[in-house]
Amino acid sequence: MSKVVDEQQPSPQSYKTDEHPIWCPGCGDFGVLDSLYKSLAGLKIDPKDLVVVSGIGCSGRTPGFIKSYGFHSVHGRVLPVALGVKLANPALHVIGVGGDGDGFAIGGGHIPHAARRNPDFTYIIMDNSTYGLTKGQYSPTSPTGFQAGSTPYGNIEQPLNPLAMLIAYGASFVGQGYSGKPRELSELITKAMEHKGFAFLNVISPCITFYNTYKIVPARLAEVPKDHDPTDRAKAFALALKTEQVSLGIFYQVERPTFEDGVAQVITKAQAASRPRLEEIFAEFS
Amino acid sequence: MPSNSNLAAPAKPVDYVFRVGGEGGEGVISTGEMLTQTLARAGFEIYTFRTYPAEIKGGHANFQVRASGNLLLSSGAVVDVLLAFNEEAYQKHVKDVRSGGVLIYDSDSFQPPSTDSLISYAVPLTSLATEKVGIKLTKNIVALGVLGQLFDIPLATFQELLKDRFARKGETVVQKNLTALQVGADYVKQIKKLDAILLGPGPRKTKELVLSGNESLALGAIASGCRIYAGYPITPATDIMEFLARELPKLGGFVVQTEDEISAIGTVLGASFAGKKAMTGTSGPGFSLMVEMIGLAVVAELPAVIVDVQRVGPSTGMPTKTEQGDLYLAVYGGHGNCPRIVMALTSVEDCFYGIMRAFNLAEQFQMPVVVLSDASLGHRKATVPVPDISRVPVVERRKPDAAALKNYKRYAFTPDHISPMSVPGIEGGGYVAEGLEHDEIGYPAASDHENHLRLTQKRYGKFKEVEQMANELVKIYGEPHPEIGIIGWGSTEGVIREAVQMAQDAGYSVGALHPKILYPQPLAKLTEFIKGTKAVIIPEVNYTGQFATLLRKRFAYDFIQLNKCIGLPFTPKEIFDKIEEVAVHVQSRRRAAAFATKL
Repeated sequence: MSKVVDEQQPSPQSYKTDEHPIWCPGCGDFGVLDSLYKSLAGLKIDPKDLVVVSGIGCSGRTPGFIKSYGFHSVHGRVLPVALGVKLANPALHVIGVGGDGDGFAIGGGHIPHAARRNPDFTYIIMDNSTYGLTKGQYSPTSPTGFQAGSTPYGNIEQPLNPLAMLIAYGASFVGQGYSGKPRELSELITKAMEHKGFAFLNVISPCITFYNTYKIVPARLAEVPKDHDPTDRAKAFALALKTEQVSLGIFYQVERPTFEDGVAQVITKAQAASRPRLEEIFAEFS
Repeated sequence: MPSNSNLAAPAKPVDYVFRVGGEGGEGVISTGEMLTQTLARAGFEIYTFRTYPAEIKGGHANFQVRASGNLLLSSGAVVDVLLAFNEEAYQKHVKDVRSGGVLIYDSDSFQPPSTDSLISYAVPLTSLATEKVGIKLTKNIVALGVLGQLFDIPLATFQELLKDRFARKGETVVQKNLTALQVGADYVKQIKKLDAILLGPGPRKTKELVLSGNESLALGAIASGCRIYAGYPITPATDIMEFLARELPKLGGFVVQTEDEISAIGTVLGASFAGKKAMTGTSGPGFSLMVEMIGLAVVAELPAVIVDVQRVGPSTGMPTKTEQGDLYLAVYGGHGNCPRIVMALTSVEDCFYGIMRAFNLAEQFQMPVVVLSDASLGHRKATVPVPDISRVPVVERRKPDAAALKNYKRYAFTPDHISPMSVPGIEGGGYVAEGLEHDEIGYPAASDHENHLRLTQKRYGKFKEVEQMANELVKIYGEPHPEIGIIGWGSTEGVIREAVQMAQDAGYSVGALHPKILYPQPLAKLTEFIKGTKAVIIPEVNYTGQFATLLRKRFAYDFIQLNKCIGLPFTPKEIFDKIEEVAVHVQSRRRAAAFATKL
């Protein structure tokens, strides 16, 4: 990943825009946003080369708060739009942001394919286990028994396990952070952005209004063990299955060719055989 | 037996329809394609039609090619020559062969009942292939040799084509095919020719391309500068994706086969946002899935080209059959006030220039352009002159200048409602492409009531100029101010044109108007055309008359619908018959003296 040539260290504040976040005071997303500012400054990302893509939900407003180019798309379609941006201009830094509803419910069908293709961008899920913007319905990561507007008698479904899912799909970087630990979160975001390939971060980002887990998460926090080998997929999977704890850090990370590498290879291969002008393509049909 | 050169040219200009029928997956389509290519290279205009089963192997397939010395506008009314590889092909198609037409059949496969109305040639195609060539599959090539020798289609042209086509498979394969061709030709030399069909070399001496509608469209996209295509396999649009997957990387572009059509259009919008010309192609089911994102492209003002090669719906419908049933969806699909441009492609040649215009419109007006083709157009082949790219100069989107970047407003109000569009990488041009209603800058303004009206007016305001262009992109055939008018759209252009010619020859006052941009509509041209008519017929390959319904919203006029809804395109005769019926009804008299003697 190329960094800006300017030697001067930008401040995290310099990535703020005039638009003020509409989130509820105390929302976990503030922690994620602050961590993002810090990582962008640390990596000296030039705002003109940064694209932040979002879907719909509280997290969907994030692009407006970051000095960059942004794309506030429709519900669940962060990954296709981000892929298109990267395909058009591989030199851009691309970050996709979304919530657990946007990413795992309506947009869940795109995740395995992003993981397979391995485009070089970072995908941050702000996981609050509820639909905050529509006032607190259960989400794919809500626990069984979760009582809310659409589950007045309690959620009868089993929550999905985002980390296990992404590891199973073959994402090349899978990590977890917590909005209540912004310093560690920023370090994790930086590592995700430095990773060459599809980097997935599940960030526990509590909804202060509809499902405030700030009181229950800290007791369950754990660090990814120091001796954990992130290239060992089976061990990463085993760690992800320990759902009684919220482990923070990198679960899985391997280097493999990116989507853009593949595209470049195909182009090289095709052009080695021929680089026709349009007139020459016409001639094939006469 | 005729030799290939020393016969006098036939008195009447060549215009013959050949149809090949047989088991799907056994080379019927490729036999038809090779015959087509040879006829085109020999100097004839060609027009093909094919139907094929939904099954990959088995089922019935047939391929029809009409060859003429003149410009062809339809697949033809009757069949002159039927080549039947099996009994099913004979049963299905013999009724379409004109009286005195020719039947060639594989006598190893079946024996048709004897008849006086046809000239029949029994050719043991299978045993000639197995015994004389040694490969059963070459029976198709043996059949081509039969056709070539019997009808004086230059064998040298067949030979040249076989060499081109099989060169990649090696000299042995080429030789086997040349042998098969000769076996077929030799067989004919020892039988008596009973029919009078002779083609010889065609009148056209210049080279033309033989393209399907989908191929022509894909070439036009390349010419427009499209370098990214995202799509999901779907009949009858898949070959656009496959064509571009082969060609785009050679030009530095790429095709991504996405996980679904939603992802396809999402990828296109992402790529367009990042500054590239991008396109997706699909058919009805996929187009239905894309509708939400069309709204996003409208409100975020992103250029995008969406091709819908229509097939029979609703739902899975009849995937390999043709219909013009997606016009409502193209025009109205999506929630809210959602202006987009809808175009329809009218011929194989128009697929090339039409898609170029679509890219230009998308770039110029920063909106999605839906381009309607259909199965009959996408999959038929025709001879077209080598495209002249300079006919449609390529347009690029408006970029912000230094002044605009000082205090950049992505959705700035301008006199023509088009705002300069920045792309990532431009210093000072950062903005959020916003699906929420937004202000001039691009900031969300989801609670500002007056702002919503202003932005809606801005988005619709672009239509003024588009409508002017729509008025320029109208074709008129026959009389410009007729008593009986016809308004068609899309792939019916050729048959309507032919029907108009038939009706004019019969002395009727007839003219047809065929717009290329269907939405916004070319109101000035439509008004001018409709004014003074006694009746206007709107032929459509759908059940309810979708274009007629759109026009009724704008014109207090009692349009007469002609609808066909059996998964097949119109024939010129069907439209001609309607003209006659309407003429009687509105007492539009033939001007026999003036027109009938024209010949």
